[in-house]
Amino acid sequence: MTTVIDTTKRPPEECPKSAAGRLRDKAKNTGGLYKPRVPIYPKLVHGQWRRIKWALLIATLAIYYVTPWIRWDRPGALSDQAVLVDFFGRRFYFFGIQLWPQEVHFLTGLLVIAALALFLVTALFGRLWCGYACPQTVWTDLFIYVERGFEGDRNARMRLAAAPWSFDKLWRKGGKHAVWLGLAFGTGGAWIFYFRDAPTLLGEFWTGRAPITSYISCALLTATTYVFAGHMREQVCTYMCPWPRIQGAMLDEHSLQVTYRRDRGEARRPHKKTETWEGRGDCIDCHACVVVCPAGIDIRDGSQLECINCGLCIDACDEIMDRVGRPRGLIAYDTDFAVAERAAKRPPKYRLLRARTIYYAVALTVVSGLVTWGLAHREPFDLHALRDRNPTYVRLHDGSVRNGYTLKIANRTFFARPVEVTLKGIPGARLSAPGEAPGVVIRTMVPANEVRALRVFVTADPNGAAATLPAAFAIRSGGASAETTTTFLTGAESPP
Amino acid sequence: MSERERDEHSGTETTGHEWDGIKELDTPLPRWWLWTWYGCMAVAVVYWVLMPAWPGISGYTRGLLGQSDRAQVTQDLKGLSAQRRTGEARLHAATLQQIEADPELQGYAMQVGQSVFGDNCATCHGAGGAGGKGYPNLRDDVWLWGGTLDAIQHTIRVGVRSGHPNARGEAMMPAFGRDQMLSAAQVDDLTEYVTAISGRKADVAAVGRARQTFTDQCVACHGAAGVGDVARGIPNLTDAEWLYGSDRTTIRDQLWNGRNGVMPTWQARFSPETIKALAVYVHANAGGVAEPVAPPRDVVQREGVAAGASTH
Repeated sequence: MTTVIDTTKRPPEECPKSAAGRLRDKAKNTGGLYKPRVPIYPKLVHGQWRRIKWALLIATLAIYYVTPWIRWDRPGALSDQAVLVDFFGRRFYFFGIQLWPQEVHFLTGLLVIAALALFLVTALFGRLWCGYACPQTVWTDLFIYVERGFEGDRNARMRLAAAPWSFDKLWRKGGKHAVWLGLAFGTGGAWIFYFRDAPTLLGEFWTGRAPITSYISCALLTATTYVFAGHMREQVCTYMCPWPRIQGAMLDEHSLQVTYRRDRGEARRPHKKTETWEGRGDCIDCHACVVVCPAGIDIRDGSQLECINCGLCIDACDEIMDRVGRPRGLIAYDTDFAVAERAAKRPPKYRLLRARTIYYAVALTVVSGLVTWGLAHREPFDLHALRDRNPTYVRLHDGSVRNGYTLKIANRTFFARPVEVTLKGIPGARLSAPGEAPGVVIRTMVPANEVRALRVFVTADPNGAAATLPAAFAIRSGGASAETTTTFLTGAESPP
Repeated sequence: MSERERDEHSGTETTGHEWDGIKELDTPLPRWWLWTWYGCMAVAVVYWVLMPAWPGISGYTRGLLGQSDRAQVTQDLKGLSAQRRTGEARLHAATLQQIEADPELQGYAMQVGQSVFGDNCATCHGAGGAGGKGYPNLRDDVWLWGGTLDAIQHTIRVGVRSGHPNARGEAMMPAFGRDQMLSAAQVDDLTEYVTAISGRKADVAAVGRARQTFTDQCVACHGAAGVGDVARGIPNLTDAEWLYGSDRTTIRDQLWNGRNGVMPTWQARFSPETIKALAVYVHANAGGVAEPVAPPRDVVQREGVAAGASTH
């Protein structure tokens, strides 16, 4: 920490600049068609936000790695994996919920909920997602942790980068990349377990019997994790992610963001112990906030696109404030509005209830309610009737007319169920399955967790009826039922 | 080259373009974009080496991997026929009735049948099998040559008047008018008679005049009641199903010209297993009932009509 204090003794022009600042300098000096990346060496920081970040890092990674191994009892030959996206079996399992591809609207609903929740949280508290929960942030944090383990903290890393190649540099760099690749492989390896029974796949994977998609997915995620978290880091957020651009529409002056309270900090300048704090700001221009920033920016320049609101500069600044004996919170989660109010010598106001937060909250409640209602009222059976289109009807020897249908009966329960099929709406109509004598009801078994395609013939005497008659198929199984409308064509428009 | 203007805030050069006071920044691309571009070039070069790529005068560069879509398709087709062999073997071993009783095997037969029907039968019988004028409807319960599984299979094998030694269709409908076997007036009267026995209003006097002609000329094949004979492919004249049409003009035309339908034999073209699958497919689409042809309705009553009842 002495290094930080030391900077106060140096002339300001020698202070370490933010990466963005150095980039600007470089651009001024060289111009050029392409922008080189200025490496960022974030310094380790201690404090409450850092502690929260560590806790969330462990929690999110634990969720990611453990989830595929959770078991959930399901009858028969069904998968007992709690969370499984089964592309081969075309089912999505999530604990007690099981979804079919036809129910993809639930997934859409879930994504809408996620988007709205993100909007709401961003409008209220700024980019919490970016700073704490985004996989890019979490894995980058983890990779920097490894980097620090091999190469030391910021200054050591910068020295190592500038140093000529040596055995020491080689093993530190080599070790770091080896561990990175191991972590990346662990990431990609865990991903594939979400798509196939985890214990089975683990065995298959190492004996070369896993599907090729598993190996490709694993390789792809290993590569992206290694490149994104190890090499690209903040560039993913700045150049590749659309969210920093979109969030501009969510934020307003009342949104909480990591804020440099310029009303309190300015005018900034180095401070000597003997000096008075009168007539100057609390910022001693020590650049502690700059050197810890993983995005390589200077928070004192104000709200910026690159800022992921991780709060590490808050911890860094609080430490300095403690040291120089000023109150904490020169950098804090605050709103632009509050800063402006304080600058105008008015007490700051915080408004959580604003038009946009109310809109987002209402929309979120409505969509969540719809999805919950839909899941709670999910029918165990589903019925669709596909009319034969060619021929649309068949006239039989006695002048009666027969229409063919294919019924798709979906049994979403985990047990084979007997089902009774009946027809409504056409008096005297007879119902038959191929090979059966016409009657009023068809009884069939629908296998567990499957769609049964059932050919059905409906025979009726047209008796001068209209060309098109509305009808409805109904199924009943135990207490459950389903119905679907269809039409019966009598051929009245083209008599024999 | 003159010094370009720099934006004060970002330190980036501007392009010199300006719209309503807004200047366009000439922000440099990040360097890794350039690397990505070089990477794509490298991949392209590797691709040229490995895969077929460059056209020449009399061919093209084949690539080290020897990739050929044509060879791939041939390979796939081989795999497909190997897959089909299992199904074929099962079709071969089972009787038609067994195929129909086994849902899985029936499903397979239906798939094969649908594909073969679409390629070969649909030309005349229609894609859905509903037939057309002169081409029997295969979806109803009226069968010229029998609608049992075995009858359908046999018809597909030998055809109708196909030249096959066992072909169906020895009995022929004479051209009563064209060959001057009957006079025009007699054909007109017979038309009324046939209309009457199919349960419709007809000229009673004409029906009376035609009774003897019907007995002399038609009963031998169509039977005294006109219900036909499935064994010989003789149509039932009393039901609601008409191969060429039910109106008087069409009936008279048929009496005058005596058209006889033809269906090719498929024995030489299809394997026995394919014919089995086709029979199962056609049978199922027609209702899948073991003996689909029901006894003609109200034969006796219509006999009465034909005999000169005066209700019409």
